[in-house]
Formats: sequence, C-alpha cells, structure tokens
Amino acid sequence: MAALRIITDGGTGSSGGSGPDPRRILVIGGGIAGQAVVERVRERDTHVAITLLCGEDRLPYDRVSLSRILAEGEDASVLQLRPEAWYADRGVDVRLGSRVTALDADAGTATLATGEVLTFDRAVLCTGSDAFVPPIPGTDAPGVEVFRGPEDCEAIAAAVTAADAGRAVVIGGGLLGLEAAYGIATLGCPVTVVHLMDRLMERQLDAGAAALLAPAIEGLGVDVLLETSTTSIDAGPDGRVAGLTFADGTALRAGLVVVAVGIKPQAELARASGLAVERGIVVDDRMVTSHPKVLSVGECAQHRGVCHGIVAPIHEQAAVAADTLTGAADSAYLGSIPSAKLKVMGVGLVTAGEASGEREVLVADAGVYRKLVVDAEDRVVGTVLLGDTRGAELLLEAVRSGLEAPDPLALLAAASAATAAELPDAAQICNCNGVCKGDILKAITDGDLGSTQEVVSVTRAGAGCGSCKPLVTELLAHARGGAVEEATYLCPCKKLTRADIAGHVRDGGLQSVSEIATACGAGRDCGACKPGMAYLVSEINGNQHREERHARFINDRVHANIQNDGTFSVVPRMRGGVTTPAELRRIADVADKYDIPTVKVTGGQRIDLLGVRKEDLPAVWEELDMPSGHAYAKSVRTVKTCVGTTHCRFGLGDAMGVGIELETAMEGLYTPAKVKAAVTGCPRNCAEAYVKDIGLVAVEGGWEIYVGGAAGASVRKGDLLATVDTADEAQRVALAFLQYYREHADYLERTYTYMERVGPEAVQAEVLDPEKQEEYLERYRIAKAACDPDPWKERHAPATPKQFASLDTAPALLPVGPPAGAEA
Amino acid sequence: MAFRSAWVPVGRAEDVPLLEGRSVTVGPQRIAVFRLPSGWAAIDHACPHRGGPLADGIVADRCVTCPLHNRRYDLRTGMQVGGDDRVATYEIREAADGTLELLVPAALMVGTEDLAQSAPLGSGV
Repeated sequence: MAALRIITDGGTGSSGGSGPDPRRILVIGGGIAGQAVVERVRERDTHVAITLLCGEDRLPYDRVSLSRILAEGEDASVLQLRPEAWYADRGVDVRLGSRVTALDADAGTATLATGEVLTFDRAVLCTGSDAFVPPIPGTDAPGVEVFRGPEDCEAIAAAVTAADAGRAVVIGGGLLGLEAAYGIATLGCPVTVVHLMDRLMERQLDAGAAALLAPAIEGLGVDVLLETSTTSIDAGPDGRVAGLTFADGTALRAGLVVVAVGIKPQAELARASGLAVERGIVVDDRMVTSHPKVLSVGECAQHRGVCHGIVAPIHEQAAVAADTLTGAADSAYLGSIPSAKLKVMGVGLVTAGEASGEREVLVADAGVYRKLVVDAEDRVVGTVLLGDTRGAELLLEAVRSGLEAPDPLALLAAASAATAAELPDAAQICNCNGVCKGDILKAITDGDLGSTQEVVSVTRAGAGCGSCKPLVTELLAHARGGAVEEATYLCPCKKLTRADIAGHVRDGGLQSVSEIATACGAGRDCGACKPGMAYLVSEINGNQHREERHARFINDRVHANIQNDGTFSVVPRMRGGVTTPAELRRIADVADKYDIPTVKVTGGQRIDLLGVRKEDLPAVWEELDMPSGHAYAKSVRTVKTCVGTTHCRFGLGDAMGVGIELETAMEGLYTPAKVKAAVTGCPRNCAEAYVKDIGLVAVEGGWEIYVGGAAGASVRKGDLLATVDTADEAQRVALAFLQYYREHADYLERTYTYMERVGPEAVQAEVLDPEKQEEYLERYRIAKAACDPDPWKERHAPATPKQFASLDTAPALLPVGPPAGAEA
Repeated sequence: MAFRSAWVPVGRAEDVPLLEGRSVTVGPQRIAVFRLPSGWAAIDHACPHRGGPLADGIVADRCVTCPLHNRRYDLRTGMQVGGDDRVATYEIREAADGTLELLVPAALMVGTEDLAQSAPLGSGV
C-alpha cells in the first residue's frame, strides 16, 4: 500500500489540472508567513489551486518558539505548524526543498533550482529574512553560529556540549540575542552577551526598564557587556573560534560565538525579478508589490517604509493578502503596532508600541517597572511592563485600540489591580489554545458551567500550560456573580464527584466502567473521566473488577508511554535502581536490534528506551525478559535508593535491601496519581527520600517515614509521618499509607496535594492507629494479590485483538509462554 | 486515470473492540476506524494539531480524545469539540462476512487500485 504522500492537485504548468478552477496561486517561502497566506486563502476559497514552495526540507514551523528547542530541549518537530495530512486534506500542493531561481512576473512563471518551470496567476513572496551578520572579520570560522533555524539550535547545542566549549558569547542584546543566551545558559554553559548599544533591547525599552532588565538577565547566569563593539572574531590554531577582540583592545576567550544582531529581509529574488526593493520588497496597502501579479507578506515585505520582524504583523498582512488574492473583501493593511514578549524563564517582560513619548506615567520599584505612554490627544500609544506584567492583556488591548486615557496613571494603577471582569472580550486569556475572554463567558452562559474544571474541559482555556487557570476561575466567579462552587467532579459532564460515583459502585455492586455508565451516565459524553472511573472501580473491588481496556488511556492499553511522535517508551522494572551486567547486556542488545533512537537513564534510577514503535513492543519485552516498570501508568513507579550500609561508610540502614523489598511489595498497584518512593540509608538523603511521595530515611536507631514530598512541578518536603524502630515497621507504615492514599485521594491528586488538603494529623490518626493500620494492610494485601505484577506478559496473550498492531498489519507472533499463573 | 470513489475493504470487524479504534492505511492516508455502541465511525488518524494518533484515543459514545494533547473530535461530524479544527470523516460499513468496508473518496484513490473490490459507486462523494 502506498505510504503517506502529499497529493498534488492537478498538473503544474500545463492545462491538465483536475479541478474546474484553473487559477493558481504560488506561495514562495514556507515560513510562518507562507503558511499564514495559505491558510487565509483556503479559508476564503476552497477551489483555487495553491502551491507552497518551502526552501527548507521541512514543513512550515513556528520559528518564534525557536528558543524552546534550545532552552527546553524540544525536538524541532514539535514546532511544526501543521501535520503533513493537513496539506493533503486541503488540496495544497506543498513542495519541500524547492528554491526558486528566477521569477518572470509578466509571463507568470517561476523557475526552480531543478530547472522545472511552474506557472502562476498570482505569486506571493514570503521569503522572510536571513540572520544579519555584521562585517566583522572572522565570522566564517567554525564555531560561529547564527540563531535562525532548528539546525542553528542543533549546532549551538552541539558546540555547548562539546567538552572544551568553555564560554559562549552572544553578539547582540536584543530579543533574539537574549533568548539565545538564555537557551545556552540553560544548557549549563557560561555565556556573555555583548551588545553594541548602551542598553539591552533598545528598540523596545527605555533606559529605565533596560537598567532593570540587565540585572534580571544576569540573575539567570548570563553576563552582560554593554557599549562593547566587537572588532574581530579570532580563531585558534585549529581554525575554530577561540575568542573575540573588542574596540577598546580587550579580548574574551570563547569556544562558541552566536551572532544575533538582527535580520535582513531576503529580497534577492524580488530584486533580480525587477520588483521595487528598498530595505525589503516594497508593497502597497493591499500587499501588492510593484508588479500587480506579485504580492509579498512577512519579514521580506516593506510596507510604508517599515519591515516588521515580529510575528503579529505577519498574520494581519496575510489576511489582507488573502482578500486581495481571492477578491473576498476590499481590505487594507495600515501597519501594525509592534509588541514583544521576552520568552525567558523568570523574567516577565511585555512591551507594545512606543517606549517613550508625549506623556509618560511610570511606577517603578525594586525589580518592577511599569510604564504607560500617551500621545498629545490622550490616546495610549505604548507600554512597558517589566518584573510585574499584571494587567498586560488590558494594556496591550489599550495600545492596540488607541484607548483614550485622560488619566493614564489611573489606568496603569487599575491595570495592576485589573480583575478579569475589566478585560475586553477580545483579550486572549489562554495563549496556548488561543481562547478569548468572550469565548469563555459565552461557554459559561451557554453551558451553565459551575466549576473551573468544566470551563477548562469545554473551552480548553487552561488545558495547555495551565498558567491562565486562576484567570479562568476569576472569570467564572465574575460570570456567576460570586465565589465559585469548586466541587471537583470526576465526571464534569454529568457533574458527579468521586464520592457520588463510588456510591453507585458500592450500592450497585458495579464491576466495570460500562456498568457505571449504564447506572449514572458518567463517561458517555466526552469519555475524559473513564480512566478515573477505571481506577475507582478497580480500587473499590480490590482489583477483582472487570477490566475494560476502552476505559484506559493508550499507555495502559499497550503498557508503554506514548511520545510526541506516536512512538512509545519502554522502562523495565529495575527494583531499587539495582541491575546486573546480564540485564544491561540485554538492554543494549535490544536497543541495537530495534534501532531504538534514545536510551536514557531516568531520574528514578532505571533505563528508558525511547522511540519504540507500537508493533515492536511485544518483541522488545520478550527480548528484554524483564517485567514492566509501570513507568507509563498512574501507579507505583520506583523506589530510588542509595547504597546504604552495603558500601557506604556513613550508612545507617540497608537502603538497597529495604528499597527492593518495598518496591516488590508495592509494584503493580494502581494509584490515584503516580507514586514515587525512595529509601535512603542516612539523613544525607542521597536518594532524595524527603521529596518523594513515600520516603524512608534510616536514622541512628530507627527509620523515619516521610509522605507527600515532591520535587517536580511543585517542590515540597514531605511530612514526617512517623519514626519507628525497625525497617519492617517502616514498611508497614509505608504500605498502610499507600492503601490509605489509594482509598481517599481524588483521581490525579498527588500525595503532596492531598497532604496539603487534609493535613498530616488526619493521616496519622488513620495510618498509625494499630487497629486501623491492620485494616489498611489487609485491604492492601487483597488488592496486591489480585493485581497484575507484569502486564508485559500480554505479549503472549493479547488482551484485545490487534492490541499492538494496525488493522492492516499482522500482530507479531511470539512463542506462547507458560500458562498465566504457572510461576506464581 | 481518473479515480472515482469506491468501497474498499480495510480489515475485519472482530479486530476492533467496542469503544476502541484501530488505524489502517488507505492510499496516501491513514484512517482511524472506531466501533461505537451505535455502529462504526471512521476519521483521519492524524490529529490536525500535532499529528497525534487518534485511533489510540479514548472513545466515548460519539467522540474521541487525542492521546497527545486531549483535543476532542466528534466522530460523526469530524468537528473539534470546543475548537475550530476538523478531521475528515468517512463512510464505513460492515459486510455480512465481517469485512469492514470504507467508502474511499476519489481524492484518496491514488494507490488503492488494487484494493477496490467492488465497482465504483456513483460519480463522486
């Protein structure tokens, strides 16, 4: 069968087109601008033939977020704007690695580097820009990079991780340079920003804000050198960059130099084609160049003397260009108000419009700088918010709309106290999913929503990074005219809490998620609560429920963790983080044989094989011959250990031995949310037991049990639940707590949230009371006896047809193992 | 040659458990097939957001949730729930012998000539 391929809509350059519509639009350049033009045209006209030529060998991606590749180690594919199928579905003929060498606007032809000639009725030049490299001697030496594309990020990351990188230097203290420097600092490399001007980001900031930004940037481990002009980049004996020399005669050693001083509109093709080009390709208000058949959009275009280098204008220009191309409307582009947001962790900076002007009001405090600029007619024309960006949505909207503010100080003060209620309906609340205030209010009214969780579920505001959730709650409270009833629903569609559904399960003796759905309707509308109900029904029935795979997340259907490209990660159980040479050999052999792209040591002291195809899972498990580590599930994960008394001269307890015992006792049990544990042999705490859901610490003469610790998104030292005499007692307390947590916490509620909610005394009263402790331990033993310690055995006996395969591939055949339970 | 839409066999009904999905390649496209309490549904396999595998999603009575970032699509209309994206939907039926047959639109018939068992129906989708 044919592999996925992109459909070309009819012939090119001939009259053999398949559709009745002979018009053809050629979009030259596959950046954000080219993609935006294609999208806006398709929204207006579903028939016209569109060809998108991408100079790079990749589909359009979000260049604005480039620093994420560097700072967060994201894969370049995460930034791709649309999946391959999107183009096929919309009949867009997209061609990768296609560079145009000549454009004849009169004839309507474009010649590709391959010699192929394409015809067009209208062409749109979206050639973008190149990194501007100033004429400094030495910029061509190996080790000098620009910061423009994913390849540059890879080169920078590679140079930084090279053993002898030493210091990195970023030339340029603008938005791009600071983001590059932050990314490099995140990789653990000392970095210096060298800037020609007397202040950072001089295009967006006034002197006051810039003076506060520099120490904030330095606080991230980035050195800043202002008013420093680089006269040469110097190579070492091996020809690679070794340092820089400055105009004042001083020098700085550096193993990596990143040039990020700005961009240069890419207008060569336009110039060679005889179009009017100044700094960029000159366009009118309809985005048409000096030739009526050719338009231009994005960083390469020069409109009313301005070339924009930020993303917002691109979208505004693309909409006008699409109107011009399709005749859908008679619209005009009148320019954009520049705005910028520094994407650097811990430094809040938002600017829009002018940084100084006729009248300025300013509130400045330690590390905080908030400024509003108003013109002679009292209209808001600019804002700078540093260190405290409260009210940014309100002020950006004020700049955009040119709001009249006779008392700007009052507006600035109001903004810092601005409640969600005062935001305009058009203000964007959730930047991840692009949800405006108006969308949220409408959803609340239309759906009679009563909790934040419901609003998130319906509108998807807050479903991305989650940082806007407090704002969503505020909007909800305002819309409902008071405080929000924050019941945590397990099934928001039917407004049923965990307690409601548990009542149905107990009263009706329900055994499965389907029976719950029949009883009260939960799980039938959106299905989001099905994994939570699957856990609840298994917990109440002591794991003797009827398992239904449709109620489980894909991870629990195939017992592996789904990754961003649809492949899976495999983590075999390695109790206490203790392994053997034989296991390591098998892991190495499997990684070789199945071309596993990444083998990573996890934070939980085991080994993760990433990038495994679903259909390879059974064979990978068979050859690993190790049990599942449950790294994909809401379940007990690992027990991290130090070497304890076995080897350590400070050891007070047998951390490895106790850890392996505890992991064996807990493994295979599902929990409301993941449970990480550790056993450490002395209070030096090498196994980090203080910040685990369950942590055992050997002390002189006994053991301490900590619960509710965390060192992930939240950092919290666990609560000391008890101090006991022996390791056995410590394990009993730990297991009783585990069972208590399994029975009481809301689904997805981690122990640290639970402990904050109920407090340690309530937990101690249950878990440490001898009688109750024994009851918890008894229910733990029942659940443990009925749980499946190694779901990877399903490689021999799949739970569902084609569990690991597609409809059109045969399941891998594996030798049938011993009958289930034979070894128990 | 000009392609016309046609019913094409894509797999066996018993290979798709109730309220689960399985994927299949048809011509240039991967398609997700779901068994619902009310019958069968078929949509594009790739989520328009980041290409997540929709056949691996959690299925409720009439919608599926992408396993990568929880985007939700109505299986009858292909519309994103709470958003503007959409996925293509396809007609699918179970033949008397348990074969699943998908009505493949003309645009996807590239490379499926060898699959089309029955004569093309009608003149288009």
